Amino acid sequence: MKSGGLAGVIENAGVLVDRSRGYWQDFQNWVQLDSSTLSPGRQLAVKYFIVAVILFCAQILFGLLAALQFIFPGFLYEILDFSVNRMVHINAMIVWMLYGFFGCIYWLLEDESGTEIVGLKYGNIAFWVLTGAVTIVVLVYLLVQIGPGKDSSLWFINEGREYIEAPRWADIGIVAVVLTFFYNVVATFSKGKWSGIAGVLTLDLVALAGLYVAGMFYMTNITHEQYWWWWVIHLWVEATWEVLVGVIMAWSLMKLLGVRRKIVETWLYIEVALMFGSGILGLGHHYFWIGTPEYWLTIGGFFSALEPIPLVAMVVHAVYDAGAHSFKTGNHPALAWIIAQAFGNFFGAGVWGFMHTLPQINLYTHGTQWSASHGHLAFFGAYATINIAFFYLAIQHWRGDVWMAGGIKNAWRWKWALGLLNAGVLGMTIALLIAGYEQSFIERAVEGSTWGGYFAAQSQPAFQSAMTWRLFFGLITASGLVLLVWDLLTIGKGEERKAEMPQQA
Amino acid sequence: MNETPLWASESFWKKTAIWVTAGSFLILVVLTFDSLKQTTAGTQRVPAYDVINKKIDYQFDKELNKFMPVIGGEELLFGKEYTEEEARELVDLGKKTTQAKNCMNCHTLLGNGAYYAPDLTKAWLDQGWISPEMREDMMLQFLMNPEKNARTFGTGRKMPNLGITEAEAKGVVAFLKWMSSIDTNGFPYNFKTLYAED
Ligand code: HEM
Ligand code: HEM
Ligand SMILES: [Fe+2]
Repeated sequence: MKSGGLAGVIENAGVLVDRSRGYWQDFQNWVQLDSSTLSPGRQLAVKYFIVAVILFCAQILFGLLAALQFIFPGFLYEILDFSVNRMVHINAMIVWMLYGFFGCIYWLLEDESGTEIVGLKYGNIAFWVLTGAVTIVVLVYLLVQIGPGKDSSLWFINEGREYIEAPRWADIGIVAVVLTFFYNVVATFSKGKWSGIAGVLTLDLVALAGLYVAGMFYMTNITHEQYWWWWVIHLWVEATWEVLVGVIMAWSLMKLLGVRRKIVETWLYIEVALMFGSGILGLGHHYFWIGTPEYWLTIGGFFSALEPIPLVAMVVHAVYDAGAHSFKTGNHPALAWIIAQAFGNFFGAGVWGFMHTLPQINLYTHGTQWSASHGHLAFFGAYATINIAFFYLAIQHWRGDVWMAGGIKNAWRWKWALGLLNAGVLGMTIALLIAGYEQSFIERAVEGSTWGGYFAAQSQPAFQSAMTWRLFFGLITASGLVLLVWDLLTIGKGEERKAEMPQQA
Repeated sequence: MNETPLWASESFWKKTAIWVTAGSFLILVVLTFDSLKQTTAGTQRVPAYDVINKKIDYQFDKELNKFMPVIGGEELLFGKEYTEEEARELVDLGKKTTQAKNCMNCHTLLGNGAYYAPDLTKAWLDQGWISPEMREDMMLQFLMNPEKNARTFGTGRKMPNLGITEAEAKGVVAFLKWMSSIDTNGFPYNFKTLYAED
């Protein structure tokens, strides 16, 4: 009886496996992608890209759930609370962007070093370990959610710290995986050849990984805890990630437009000097109100106010180079997303960041929807865009370097995806900006940030309609994403013409 | 062809990048040592944990031209006087509970976190707790049973039940009391505490 039941289960499972294998086969027949066009390093890169896209979809799904709860607070109450949805939303974002960056670097590594990747086997193992860990972490977020106030909760459920909520066991796993990745990079450059891009990339990765460790510790003293927490968050997005994007951008501009190496590398050094010169001490703009000494008001205000300068330099660089090469490129969607990156980074981080970075203003905007407005435009503009540009570079090569321009079959898809995603995020940003102004004014300035003041601001019609508009533009963003995924799977399918890739001058 | 001027040369910018980065980082390290020292529990800016035995208020300081915490005489928490070590343990339990329950993904603490629920920086001093006598009990009841004790001010946004035990709730209250004593350079501005006369 018992064994019969077991046999039944196995049989059913067998049917299920067969059926899903069938679906997988159908899917593969439909996308018609042939991985033999890719080098082994690039096969690993596209694995990272695929998981990145899946997590991007998860990010948007949970963002929509959280946005719905602002309007219908009873929605999923005590099933998937706002805190859970928001945690998955922002954690999925950090992780998919890191996956994207890893993919970009595996993608350019062989080309830049002139040799095959050293220790690729370990790179592949690390990918599966990381992906397994991410899956478990997300399942625990969704199913277990919270624990008692004990160390074991922080080790196995979540650490309860924005953006880096992953429990401690996963932190350690992440560090191990990053070390493997780092070994691949350094060993490959050492075997092949070093370059300016290689040097900046290596040092930047050391800093990026080292900073993560600063966020792994528990502290009773919340001032100390937030002090280190900002080391990770700020020094990632306003220093090391920004330089990583500079590296990826430098390489892409050479490949997409044929810009000379000497020019991109000189620009890269200029960007590093300006970015680190302003961003490292700009960290002080998070030390105004957490208990830290008053000198941070001056230092943080001054240096963070300089942070937009490198972003202007990056726009000039990208747009000037594109213009100087008459926008002649073999991959129009990728170039369009690179231009979107230059402007998105400048507006989201530079302009929106600058607007609330002086302490006299931040006293009122701190911790309001103002921050959310800036956070959305900055993360999307600076980091989602560059990853999407790279997805297009990857798919073009995967399809066998086919022609990918404005006039290809179904070009409306990439154009509409570009338009809907950018319009959606921009719309959400404006809605949140209005909500942020209202909240700074009513809650912070007039009511003095009490509970009553908080709810007074949340009940204002201006705030509530802003939340509705945010949801509306969130749906626009989501539709853009659906289109983007569809386009990435189909663009260049059946295209016979080869792309004319620019020669390096 | 003209020579590349110094300011446009690759090697000049490479050196500049290295020096600027190293210099900024060095300054940050020095400031970090100083900031951590000035904000260790038991300093002017971040009081010792046994501050939970005292009355804490938050008032506008005319001379400094900003809001400042004001530490007064004895005002025991849960009718008990804690030693520094007992107080640290209680605050630690509270802090750990706020992380394990993921408070920061709805609330802000010191202004950092999410924007779905009120800032907790000065929650201990909020007029919502009506009077110093009623406060402790109301806070414990609210934390352990938020669905029933929520005041949503007409928004319908209620805190979920997070399974907080009584011991944890006491820890959280102690943590909030201690946090309200931190000198946050005048954030939040214009906050009226439950001690303020109108
Ligand atoms: C791509 C680069 C950037 C990204 C991705 C980014 C992202 C973010 C995010 C997500 C937050 C909210 C953090 C939280 O949850 O509490 C934030 C806060 C902030 N950012 Fe940025 N940012 C970038 C660049 C900048 C720049 C260049 C500036 C200044 C010129 C700036 C100024 C600020 C300030 C002042 C805050 C604090 C807001 C508050 O007090 O609540 N950011 N940033
Ligand atoms: C369908 C689209 C989206 C919706 C509906 C959405 C919704 C939300 C909501 C409700 C929050 C919580 C804000 C709060 O605590 O009050 C949030 C936070 C955040 N989202 Fe999104 N989001 C979307 C897309 C994105 C995208 C595309 C990005 C960036 C690539 C992004 C980055 C962030 C960040 C960085 C935060 C934290 C902001 C902060 O703490 O200041 N979101 N989002
Ligand atoms: Fe920052």
